[in-house]
Amino acid sequence: MFLTLSMLAVQGGVEADQVAGSFEPFFPALVVLLPLLGFVLNGLLALSHAKRSAAAVRAGGELQLDGPGGRPSTHTLPTWIGPGVMLGAFAITVVNFVRMLGAHLEHPVVISYWHWISTSTFTVDAALQLDQLSMIMMMIITGVGFLIHVFSVGYMKDDTGYPRYFAYLNLFVFFMLVLVMGASYPLMFVGWEGVGLCSYLLIGYWFSDREKADAGKKAFIVNRIGDVGFLIAMFLLFATFGTLDFLDIFAGAEDALVYGGGAVTAIALFFLVGAAGKSAQIPLYIWLPDAMAGPTPVSALIHAATMVTAGVYLVARSSVIFALSPVGSAAVAGVGVLTALFAATIALTQNDIKKVLAYSTVSQLGYMFLGVGVGAYAAGVFHLMTRAFFKALLFLGSGAVIHSMHEALHHTHSHADAQDMRNMGGLKKYLPITWITMWIATLAIAGIWPFAGFFSKDEIIWQTAAFGGAANAPYPFLYTIYWILALAAAMLTAFYMTRLMVMTFHGSNRTGEEERKYLHKAPAVMWIPLAVLAVLSIFGGWINVPEAIRTSFLGLGGALPMSEWLHHWLEPLTAQAHHIQEVHLGELAHSAPVGGGEVAWAVASTLAALAVVIATVVLVGGREVETADKDAAPTGFGKVLYNKWYVDEAYDAVVVRPLGKASRFSWRVIDQGIIDGMVNAVGYLARGFGWFGSLFQTGSVNTYAFVLSLGVLFTLASFLF
Amino acid sequence: MITEGLILSAILFVIGTFGVLIRRNAIIMFLCIELQLNAVNVAFVALSRSVGIDGQIFVFFVMTVAAAEAAVGLAIIISIFRHYETVNVDNFNLLKW
Repeated sequence: MFLTLSMLAVQGGVEADQVAGSFEPFFPALVVLLPLLGFVLNGLLALSHAKRSAAAVRAGGELQLDGPGGRPSTHTLPTWIGPGVMLGAFAITVVNFVRMLGAHLEHPVVISYWHWISTSTFTVDAALQLDQLSMIMMMIITGVGFLIHVFSVGYMKDDTGYPRYFAYLNLFVFFMLVLVMGASYPLMFVGWEGVGLCSYLLIGYWFSDREKADAGKKAFIVNRIGDVGFLIAMFLLFATFGTLDFLDIFAGAEDALVYGGGAVTAIALFFLVGAAGKSAQIPLYIWLPDAMAGPTPVSALIHAATMVTAGVYLVARSSVIFALSPVGSAAVAGVGVLTALFAATIALTQNDIKKVLAYSTVSQLGYMFLGVGVGAYAAGVFHLMTRAFFKALLFLGSGAVIHSMHEALHHTHSHADAQDMRNMGGLKKYLPITWITMWIATLAIAGIWPFAGFFSKDEIIWQTAAFGGAANAPYPFLYTIYWILALAAAMLTAFYMTRLMVMTFHGSNRTGEEERKYLHKAPAVMWIPLAVLAVLSIFGGWINVPEAIRTSFLGLGGALPMSEWLHHWLEPLTAQAHHIQEVHLGELAHSAPVGGGEVAWAVASTLAALAVVIATVVLVGGREVETADKDAAPTGFGKVLYNKWYVDEAYDAVVVRPLGKASRFSWRVIDQGIIDGMVNAVGYLARGFGWFGSLFQTGSVNTYAFVLSLGVLFTLASFLF
Repeated sequence: MITEGLILSAILFVIGTFGVLIRRNAIIMFLCIELQLNAVNVAFVALSRSVGIDGQIFVFFVMTVAAAEAAVGLAIIISIFRHYETVNVDNFNLLKW
């Protein structure tokens, strides 16, 4: 809403006054520093809380936390600090955003604070870069982040680690902002690693549960694999350019790198490895579903709305490099579309509500990769933005459901799984707002007009077709396959999301008689963020409607206020990449591989998605669902999907176990055997020599005198002969 | 004359050396070391005939050092004798770590 409204306001103003103003940044450092301040304050509170509770335990009791209003006293300050700093950061971001809207910024503004790394040949400044792309990301991070912080106040209210939770959450936002605002790859890498750390801390937030702590470790380790790719790409960039500042690299890229050459392809592919790790793409997606072990608002913020989009941001930021590498771009798009389809198939049969959403996240991230892989950087960022709205909404909605289920089950001491959709059903009566808002998000993610997801997803699929049909498209056949797979994944998305909604909210209630009484609707602190995100999920897509669709009946005959706004907004940053593309590929196509224009396909896709949604409501809704303990295990192909194509098992057999064996071999044989053996052998050898030498030390004066005489004789003899 | 002197010196030195190596009585070994030193003194004196007075001067140095050494050596031998009540070097293996 904030985005749409403020743009509506400024769009009008700009029409009247085309003179480019100058952009005056408004305390951009504060945007970064406020969450850091929140982290420090909440962290100190968490430490003092831990100290006091440890002291209480030592004294033989337990820390009494009763405060005003039945809320523990430790919760009061974090409740204000956590969301408070986010609101502050968001407000400053909005001011900057509005100023940038009025300024027609041609070149990114780089504000340097101090020299971070300084050698004779290489300097990196601690510098923030403000431009159209980082602005969009900042708006998403602080805006959606603020809503999720507010939601957390309700969701985490009974948790004893409350201050620690907000400390981690604030720290995450800090690093995420460093990631998107840093003006060079090393600074971006700082944020990149930092968000990985916070992700680890928050997935393993309930670290006393072994399974959850392991999930955190898994996320951390899999991310490290990707980070190696990022690092190598940085080294290659440094070797080529001698600098790692965004502006210098992009300005010199076309001179230093040959189109389609080996160097640029290597850089692009290594960046892809890094991006695939952070954004959970094949083959490194396996950590994200496990990351659902964290608190649900964390899943919404980190593993849906912001952190996992860092890979997309990386590719969009490095658009010049990827545009120069057709192979790299094709790989990005291929990884993306395969992931989109693959994850969607897994989501079809999952019963854990968060697992469905997790695989859906992986799948949607695949769409973004497809978008940025076919040179549609604006479309990729567009989907990133709209999805941040509806995906955060879906996760927060599922959080509200789980919260309610958990409390109901807690009251009756039931051990049924609060996240298993088979134990839910008919919840719309108990959680009406959550029900409505989640339906909005579902329609948005399914790509149904006029919700946000329709415009962004349709744009990506259309751009894939347009790219494949370009005059000199590198591999036209490949892009036709991409296009078909993307369409198929879109249909699967419509199915599994509708299935989730039907199983959770419709049909008969399966929670059990006793528990039903305790199901409660979400409190205001939880449903208001849901409502705001729902509004954004409806209108968020309208900011980037393609001109052809805007003027057609899908855009209400031009009634929508703006066309391709995001496209134009990002133009200063994507212009160079698009220029490279145009020179080498020629004009993009204006029809789909099987004919038909943009409007026709938009109508077809929304109708198809709608048909799938309705069919699913009828089919799944008409089927009686058994509760988790009675439900029969899936068979046949369903079993393969239910077990996630056995990818975790395959990785376990192919990677984890051999790696474990290799590590054991390195430990036992190489380290303990050979290396330690060599060191010990040196010691034994010295001791042996010493023992041999000590044989000559008899202590008898005669022996010494004899040896001395022999020595004299030898010396004399050597003089004589 | 030089030749005879050097021959005498060599004979004395060999006697001294064998005495040190063969005898087990610490006092005798000690006397044999003195014999070696004095064999060298004879060589010095004999050679001073052709080379100059330096050799004879050096003999005095050797005699002085030998006197000092005799004092320290005898003191050690007496000390050992007091402890072990023997001066047979086969009974000692003190000269090791």
